[in-house]
Amino acid sequence: MTQVQAGVSQGRRVALTGNEAVALAMKQVEPDVVAAYPITPQTDIVQYFSSFVADGQVRTEFMTVESEHSALSACVGASAAGARCMTATSANGLALMWEVLYIAAGLRLPIVMAVVNRALSGPINIHCDHSDSMGARDSGWIQLYSEDAQEAYDNLLQAVRIAEHPEVLLPVMVCLDGFIISHSLENLEVLPDEQVRAFVGTYRPDVWLLDAARPVTMGPLDLQDFYFEHKRQEAEAMARAVPVIEEVAAEFGRATGRRYGFFEAYRMDDAEVAVLALNSTAGTARYVVDRLRRRGVRAGLLKLRVFRPFPQRALADALEGLAALAVMDRAEGLSTAGGPVFVEVRSALYDRARRPLTMNHIYGLGGRDVGPDQIEKVFDDLLQAVECGEVRRPVSHLGVRE
Amino acid sequence: MSTPLAEKYLRVDRLPHIWCRGCGHGTVLGALMRALDEVEADMDRTVVVSGIGCASRAAGYFNCDGLHTTHGRALAFATGVKLARPELRVVVITGDGDLAAIGGNHFIHAARRNIEMTCICFNNHVYGMTSGQHSPTSPRLSLAPTAPYGHIERDFDLCELARVAGASYVARAATYQARSMARLIARALRQQGFAFVEAITQCPTYYGRRNRLGSAADMLRWQKEHTVDVARARQLDPAELEGKIVVGELHRADWPEYTRAYAELVARVREEGTS
Ligand SMILES: Cc1ncc(C[n+]2csc(CCOP(=O)(O)OP(=O)(O)O)c2C)c(N)n1
Repeated sequence: MTQVQAGVSQGRRVALTGNEAVALAMKQVEPDVVAAYPITPQTDIVQYFSSFVADGQVRTEFMTVESEHSALSACVGASAAGARCMTATSANGLALMWEVLYIAAGLRLPIVMAVVNRALSGPINIHCDHSDSMGARDSGWIQLYSEDAQEAYDNLLQAVRIAEHPEVLLPVMVCLDGFIISHSLENLEVLPDEQVRAFVGTYRPDVWLLDAARPVTMGPLDLQDFYFEHKRQEAEAMARAVPVIEEVAAEFGRATGRRYGFFEAYRMDDAEVAVLALNSTAGTARYVVDRLRRRGVRAGLLKLRVFRPFPQRALADALEGLAALAVMDRAEGLSTAGGPVFVEVRSALYDRARRPLTMNHIYGLGGRDVGPDQIEKVFDDLLQAVECGEVRRPVSHLGVRE
Repeated sequence: MSTPLAEKYLRVDRLPHIWCRGCGHGTVLGALMRALDEVEADMDRTVVVSGIGCASRAAGYFNCDGLHTTHGRALAFATGVKLARPELRVVVITGDGDLAAIGGNHFIHAARRNIEMTCICFNNHVYGMTSGQHSPTSPRLSLAPTAPYGHIERDFDLCELARVAGASYVARAATYQARSMARLIARALRQQGFAFVEAITQCPTYYGRRNRLGSAADMLRWQKEHTVDVARARQLDPAELEGKIVVGELHRADWPEYTRAYAELVARVREEGTS
């Protein structure tokens, strides 16, 4: 029996894989409905969860459906009926959900989904990159990224509160790196079940299907007359998520001592050059920053935790004083103008009188390993740009055969 | 494993294959190879299309052009290949999850259109690739990692599904009867229209182990004891057939084939003019 299956009654340190940590968080939240379809590297999240269901440790209705499209559709149906719902997927599973992602967000259903990041086919690959969740960035889902198993666990618990907040009511994706985090064992601190229950509370929707006293139709035809207003409301909800994400993080921080924000600025106060990264690469970059600092380089790291809503102004505040910034994209946007994170970060800096030289490193596609030496190479590029006052290659591919 | 047949039909440099010890997928691959030989298939005019799963990896071993697609969609991609080049022989390799779960929709529509291709479903009764979750063909109440007390859904009879959806040819064989599997696949390859062969294969690693069915050899013995040839099955009453798997050629019908009907329509309209 793994530690997850044993259950946790007191907050303590346990060794769990990223997937086990997510499954444990789901168990502690005990959603009403979970529907899923297996895909590497998400598979064991759902498998662990199904064992909790089978062993009677949760009262969740668990449904093994015939595809991811059906999984998210079942969640939409259950959520519309007032249930707290969760699912999990990766790569092509997320791609197959694409149609329903918009339905969930457009109907303002607070579903929470773990996305174990994996490269999208084709060609087929099962290892980590962010092409899956980046492809879903404009679907109306809030996106939280997780550096490690601890953060994946913490993000999942916070996701429930963010999604269900009456000012928000939007679905949330919690992303973690496939294999690198999902399958690596890590020591992390987990909360007692009661504390999780108290933190997430009970979901009380305002309207739901099958409320005989107040019949409603969700998702009917919405043409030129009101579709636009509804989309505008969705955008406003996304904006209202900003303070909610902060409040929820603050409350979580008071309860656990673990502090989260939209991003973490590591050794940025006096930094001259910095990299911006999401998920597990932030851990590697932090190590490199320390190594460079010991050599006298004023290096920093900006770890982005929330990509949707995008913290444009706060990011620009944190970055404008740098001499040069490298944005790390684990997805090739194929736009020829740089990856998705780069494009948005650079745009965030546009209005600033003072702004750093910027460059984009596309890296780690299909699970290509990126170690400290490669990140150090990125810092070399930055220092060189500072020295000659210009960026020679704004977009480059790191660690690829030429 | 390099026999003259293998040299001719397989990419022997890709061997050994990826399947687990005792897996029946290699037997089905061998049967397909022999069937291609029996019909003297021109491998330069043959395309193997597959979806995703352990079974679908078989496509990569054939010494011909291949399209390894996405989970569940092999038939949809194959439909495109056949429409663009109706003169090519199209063979589709798929698993029970690939064909009947995520791709079930394409299965019934390919059969309904009766588009000419040979679809071979490697039915091991689980999602092998993702470690043995139950599939739409797992027997009711069989055990799976996501169903430790048995899953409660009913299972599909894939052959019956293909037949009622409109397939021209339907057959079932088990890896225990590898030779007859090859013969049935050869007939499917000769059939005009949508031809479907369900190849029952053993997965000792996941399905067998979890359901305490013993080793691969035990699972083959089980097949021997539980399969009934279609000719004999016709003489048995339903009670005697309970729990048995009927193998052999189950259905054959000469419905109009899609790409031919399409060409005829084009020719007719051209001749008569539109107006
Ligand atoms: C859209 C999508 N969802 C899920 C998967 C993960 N996946 C790969 S193969 C497979 C099941 C394969 O089962 P089956 O078709 O029965 O073939 P077998 O592996 O048993 O031969 C699954 C669920 C995927 N690749 N793509």
